[in-house]
Amino acid sequence: MNVPPRRHAIEELTDTGLDAKTLSRMLADTWGTRPGLMGALTAVDHKIIGRRYIVTAFMFLCLAGLAAVVMRVQLARPESRVVGPDLYDQLFTMHGTTMMFLFAVPVMEAFAVYLVPLMVGTRNIAFPRLNAFSYYVYLFGGLMIWVAFALNAGADTGWFAYVPLSGPENSPGKRVDLWAQMITFTEVAALAVSVEIIVTVLKLRAPGMTLDRIPLAVWSQLVTAFAVLFAMPAVMIASTMLIMDRLVGTHFFNHAEGGDALLWQHLFWFFGHPEVYIIFLPATGFVSSIVVTFSRRPIFFYVGMVAALVATAFLAFGLWVHHMFATGVPQLGSSLFTASSMLIAIPSGLQIFCWIATLWSGRPVYTTALLFVLGFLINFVAGGVTGVMLASVPLDTQVHDTYFVVAHFHYVLIGGAVFPLLGAVYYWFPKFTGRLLDERLGRWHAATAFVGFNLAFFPMHILGLMGMPRRVYTYQPEMGWGPLNMLSSVGAAIFFVSFVMLLWNVVASLRNGAVAGPNPWDAGTLEWATTSPPAPQNFDRIPVVTHREPLWAERDALPVATGLRVGVREVLVTTATDATPDIRETAPTPSIWPLISAILTAIAFIGSIFTPWAVLWGGVPVGAALIAWFWPKGDPEDY
Amino acid sequence: MRQRPVLDVSSLPDFAFGPRSTMWWGTLGFCALEGTGFAIAAGAYLYLAWLNPQWPLSAPPPALTWSSLFTVLLVASAVPNWLVQRAARRQDLRAVRLWMVVMSLIPLALMALRAAEFPALMVRWDVNAYGSIVWLLLGLHTLHLVTDAADTWVLTALMFTGHVVGKRYSDVSDNAFYWNFVVASWLPIYGLLYWAPRLA
Repeated sequence: MNVPPRRHAIEELTDTGLDAKTLSRMLADTWGTRPGLMGALTAVDHKIIGRRYIVTAFMFLCLAGLAAVVMRVQLARPESRVVGPDLYDQLFTMHGTTMMFLFAVPVMEAFAVYLVPLMVGTRNIAFPRLNAFSYYVYLFGGLMIWVAFALNAGADTGWFAYVPLSGPENSPGKRVDLWAQMITFTEVAALAVSVEIIVTVLKLRAPGMTLDRIPLAVWSQLVTAFAVLFAMPAVMIASTMLIMDRLVGTHFFNHAEGGDALLWQHLFWFFGHPEVYIIFLPATGFVSSIVVTFSRRPIFFYVGMVAALVATAFLAFGLWVHHMFATGVPQLGSSLFTASSMLIAIPSGLQIFCWIATLWSGRPVYTTALLFVLGFLINFVAGGVTGVMLASVPLDTQVHDTYFVVAHFHYVLIGGAVFPLLGAVYYWFPKFTGRLLDERLGRWHAATAFVGFNLAFFPMHILGLMGMPRRVYTYQPEMGWGPLNMLSSVGAAIFFVSFVMLLWNVVASLRNGAVAGPNPWDAGTLEWATTSPPAPQNFDRIPVVTHREPLWAERDALPVATGLRVGVREVLVTTATDATPDIRETAPTPSIWPLISAILTAIAFIGSIFTPWAVLWGGVPVGAALIAWFWPKGDPEDY
Repeated sequence: MRQRPVLDVSSLPDFAFGPRSTMWWGTLGFCALEGTGFAIAAGAYLYLAWLNPQWPLSAPPPALTWSSLFTVLLVASAVPNWLVQRAARRQDLRAVRLWMVVMSLIPLALMALRAAEFPALMVRWDVNAYGSIVWLLLGLHTLHLVTDAADTWVLTALMFTGHVVGKRYSDVSDNAFYWNFVVASWLPIYGLLYWAPRLA
């Protein structure tokens, strides 16, 4: 019988007596990703996967943004003939689907994948191979639906694909099947990342990082991960039901055989409303980081901020029916969902006041990142106010499916999430790349984005009140919607230019940007304690946390823990609440199997669009690949 | 940044059981999300049942024989499952091997019973919405049964080959923990599919 390989001396060596240079070199060797193609395909470093996630999400932003530009060109004038109704249907569906499933949620998770391990002071994300797998699954799902669009099989029933329109009778062909399977891809990826983030935050925090010393950005990602965990299964079940109705003749949504179209709406919005907060909550984390760093003081009312995050996530699960007021909900139900929809403004409002109080009582430094946060405060409050308006049933039924709703959700999603995200790009770009983005161009970018965004979306409020319905490919001149639509399209063009400015800034700064150093903003959280970009091991020694802003509290020397092995990938596991050191666990090494498993999963998922048997013949190789993935290969980390 | 060592962790163990390990929390996370999936599907069942004046829709309630045998065996499997968990915690290789073999065989019997159960539902998935939701719930649970069985087989193989080290016992313990979820998640589904239509 085999016996586990004996440990060599190098595998037993700990960091205790090593000098800084030797330690850093040895750890980089142990934790490094091999150069070359194989290295790239087997990578499990959260920074590499996180970077890919971020870049891929921005590519999808670009595609979805271009779809929006085409729509705005079409709508700029009445009776325009730039695109026809069929292509227009595909464009708005691809725009919404891509923005929600392939950009907004993934980009927030991407930032979590990159930043959370650094901010909690550990060496890699929990379950790093699952992390690699999730990236590939996400990538394949996104590619699938865009390739389908290029082949004129783009989804065309809107991003929430209501039945019976999306059902087998009204949408023959493969368009909706591809959409439903894209949901499966992206939700598998998102659920995997949420489990990784939860375990990373609960078990891999640096010693001393008690619950009340966790940075708010990490709290927001933890709360979001829990929301993902309980929201995404609903849309997976729903899209599975939809594809089964279409492919194997089930009747979940078929009224004639006892099914119900509103079941789809309930299932979709049970996911769909928390989804908005899954996008928004991480953004509040970015805002908190930026506000604290550039106010030069800790956050005002930390406990209240954490409570607000948790309360928002809880309440987010009790609002979904406000998307369905127009379906004739019983009055008691309407009142309940109106009340809860208004209630959620309270924790959001509390956060806004705390940020303002922090800025007010601090010494603000108006960097580009902070300018984007100020833009966020204004735009998001505007979106929040229309949100409270829409919570009221009479008003909601009046403006249901009009541009008023389009204006509202772009204010909360772009104002509430994209502005903080752009701030986050300026704030963490130096950590990701080692170079600062240009601040002068950044200010121009922020101003252009603010003006372009408001010009593009504010007129939509009025258009909605004038009665313009969403999802129409054109309108008659007599309606009088022409001038405001033209204004909106001009604003959209300016907003588009602002993204070109960002792209230019990124490309130019990658080459010639000022070298950042470890902590260019003199920030207080742990990701700034290491080099920019961080070494493969993140930290040469695991920091010991004594304060909520550890780097502000320990300006002379960072307290650290010693005793981890250097020749073997080892992470320090701490207790969930007090973060006292508990065990030294080995961490997985690079592996090709997550990629192979993802490819086989993609074959099974895509195959099942064409034959249900693909679930069986496709599932067997996936199972085999997973076994190969988990089978110990003789690395010291396996034992 | 200069460093100031304040803590030595070299004497900490390199594995632990239950909530002390990361894998246990990961398993719990997957139980939570899969449990949510079950709850959502069960909610859809109740919604459709509430909506239709007659339930089950033009079909008799599913037969009790196979499903009840399945339920008895599944619940009984919690005992060897508990024994394997206890053996793992004691790092008792002989006992772990014995009970892992038992826990590898039980799912085979369960799968055979499950195979008999689908025809006993008395309704096909494409007859009506009732058939669809019943097949969905049963299919979802079968998926869990099969995946955890495969997981158990692989772990059993590891415990019989040269891969036995401390943390493998922790893996065995976490696998047993997941099996408890497969057992516990079945009971409400069993009640819903087989008893609710009879009692209503």
